[in-house]
Amino acid sequence: MNQKVNAPTQFEFDGAYIGQFGGQFVPQLLMPALQQLNKAFEASLVDNDFQTELKRLLKEYAGRPTPVTECTSYARINQSRIFLKREDLLHGGAHKTNQVLAQALLAKKMGKHRIIAETGAGQHGVATALACALLGLKATIYMGKKDCDRQAPNVFRMQLMGAEVIPVDNGSASLKDAINESLRDWASSYETTHYLLGTVAGPAPFPKMVRTFQKIIGEEAKQQMKELIGQLPDAVIACVGGGSNAIGIFADFIKDEQVRLIGVEPAGKGLDTNAHGATLLKGHEGILHGARTYVMQDKEGQVQESHSVSAGLDYPAVGPEHVHLMTSGRAEYVSVTDEEALEAFQELSKSEGIIPALESSHALAYAKKLAAESTEPLNILVNLSGRGDKDLAHVMSILNSSN
Amino acid sequence: MRYNKLFNSLKERNQLAYIPFLLLGDPTEELSLKLIDTLVKNGADALELGFAFSDPVADGPVIQAASLRPLTNGFYVDAGFKLISQVRAKYPDLPIGILTYANLVFAPGIEQFYDKAARSGVDSVLIADCPVEERDLFSAAARNCSIDTVYIAPPDAGPSSLELIANYSQGYTYVLSRKGITGTENSQQETGTDLIEQLKQLQAPPLVQGFGISKPEHVLQAAEAGVDGIITGSAIVNLINEHYNTPDKMLDLVADYAKTMSDAAHNARHQLKMVHTIEKGSNYVDSGNNQTAAAGNGTAS
Repeated sequence: MNQKVNAPTQFEFDGAYIGQFGGQFVPQLLMPALQQLNKAFEASLVDNDFQTELKRLLKEYAGRPTPVTECTSYARINQSRIFLKREDLLHGGAHKTNQVLAQALLAKKMGKHRIIAETGAGQHGVATALACALLGLKATIYMGKKDCDRQAPNVFRMQLMGAEVIPVDNGSASLKDAINESLRDWASSYETTHYLLGTVAGPAPFPKMVRTFQKIIGEEAKQQMKELIGQLPDAVIACVGGGSNAIGIFADFIKDEQVRLIGVEPAGKGLDTNAHGATLLKGHEGILHGARTYVMQDKEGQVQESHSVSAGLDYPAVGPEHVHLMTSGRAEYVSVTDEEALEAFQELSKSEGIIPALESSHALAYAKKLAAESTEPLNILVNLSGRGDKDLAHVMSILNSSN
Repeated sequence: MRYNKLFNSLKERNQLAYIPFLLLGDPTEELSLKLIDTLVKNGADALELGFAFSDPVADGPVIQAASLRPLTNGFYVDAGFKLISQVRAKYPDLPIGILTYANLVFAPGIEQFYDKAARSGVDSVLIADCPVEERDLFSAAARNCSIDTVYIAPPDAGPSSLELIANYSQGYTYVLSRKGITGTENSQQETGTDLIEQLKQLQAPPLVQGFGISKPEHVLQAAEAGVDGIITGSAIVNLINEHYNTPDKMLDLVADYAKTMSDAAHNARHQLKMVHTIEKGSNYVDSGNNQTAAAGNGTAS
């Protein structure tokens, strides 16, 4: 940490903002929808029926708590121990299901019967589709055309569960464009429709709400680490696209200053190329999708296209709380290339019998680096945010073409 | 001041303002200037000029498609301000508004943006993704450069938002005809006289209606509802989308269209036999009061 943590409230949201980041930079038209959502969200926090129902769904339907697994051989360098928080075992195959179930319940409370969502890798889309199938809501998923192609199995999964998937072909045909399309849909449909945003980005209350519904990851993991090793981990590592799995595992550790929080951004083909998605490391402060945050952009403010081998990290902005965690010095942000992530993807599969999502492979790759660089043995907790089944065809084609 | 003068003189003539929207630099810098000349020649009372943005979330397919042309040509914000300077030199009294997105104002530095706007002769700035609730980020810079800030009054705004919009909007108030994004596909008018009446009660600056207004009959509906002007956007941009490869034809079609719409705007109240009554709270008659109210908020134009 570069800076002392000043006050316990420094890392809490104050209205729409955390530090100077966040806000509600949306067309005036959408303000009533955000205000209604904020009210419903705040009420849900003290609504016992809501909390009981959510807990029940998380346990009986989604399979919480997820275990923490210690790696037998992956990255066991210098006697460091690597622990995986197994969000890949959550129903749906990724951490996304946690907060989707909560928002879907909220939508029902608000009397909305249609859900729209954006998706990058398709994991948020799949989670939204399953929650809507379960709760009897109609789901429309916007997905970049490019992502539909590289995540084809997830498109089919969504459709099987009754969701309509709309490929978005404008802009970079990727996650940011799917968010644009969702916001456009919401501008005319908000009376009957809830926009179920999938990450800690976007206008308030989304960053705070998604954090609140994802922080169960870190709460469980903290308890599990205490049981496993009798102490807190030295470092917690998670990949960062929009940043929901990272916030989810970080949140409960923020006040434990001795625990290093490390977010891993996609360096794509390298930070010195234009083909990466390292918004925090290489972007600048800006305003996108409703939030004052960091954005990959040119000097006049046009948003640039990001790149990552993993669709879920391919986003030229980032959740405002990460910017706050970085600029305040509480969390560190690093990056991992496509190639390094692909290596970790294969290595974990081979050494542990666990096929990680390409997104999570970024966190795994950095855990190995950290263990190798450390002079002392470390206890490292990695959020294994999703499983890699969705990536099989994509990785197979990359590996075949490079042979 | 240019807006005040315009709306007062239109009031005397019992006419609605016709304010067309164009994207700056679309399809090219040269044609963009010619299009502006064409609009002014055919009855435009003021201009609403947009900067192309990579992520226009408030815009429908027509303006999204058009935005790609200036972006592909590298015609960005600085080029846009240069073009506006030329328009200003030609038309010293024409009110010119900018319609843009927050990141284009934020990225170059908020002060610099408003400074450039003022130097190029801009009267007002409307940021499509900055609701009145977030005004603090931009308002000081706008005020220091004497640029009016226009806010949008949407159909479902709650009473407290409406009050803020009426208080803080300067130059004019952009009244939305309906929910949704820009475009002509959906021309259903949802804005009832209720919203218009409330805004008048709150002494909002002149009410200019936009979104989905593309035909003379929409102008009549807007006039009947009691607004002071209309904005057309996607209809003209659509003509450009379809005909930019044949510039002469494009300019002719835009000329015809602008003439039709400006005639509709200028004749609507006469056609409906409406007269301006001198009543308390009227935004025309009490423009002096309105200025005072605005000045009270530190937002005098």
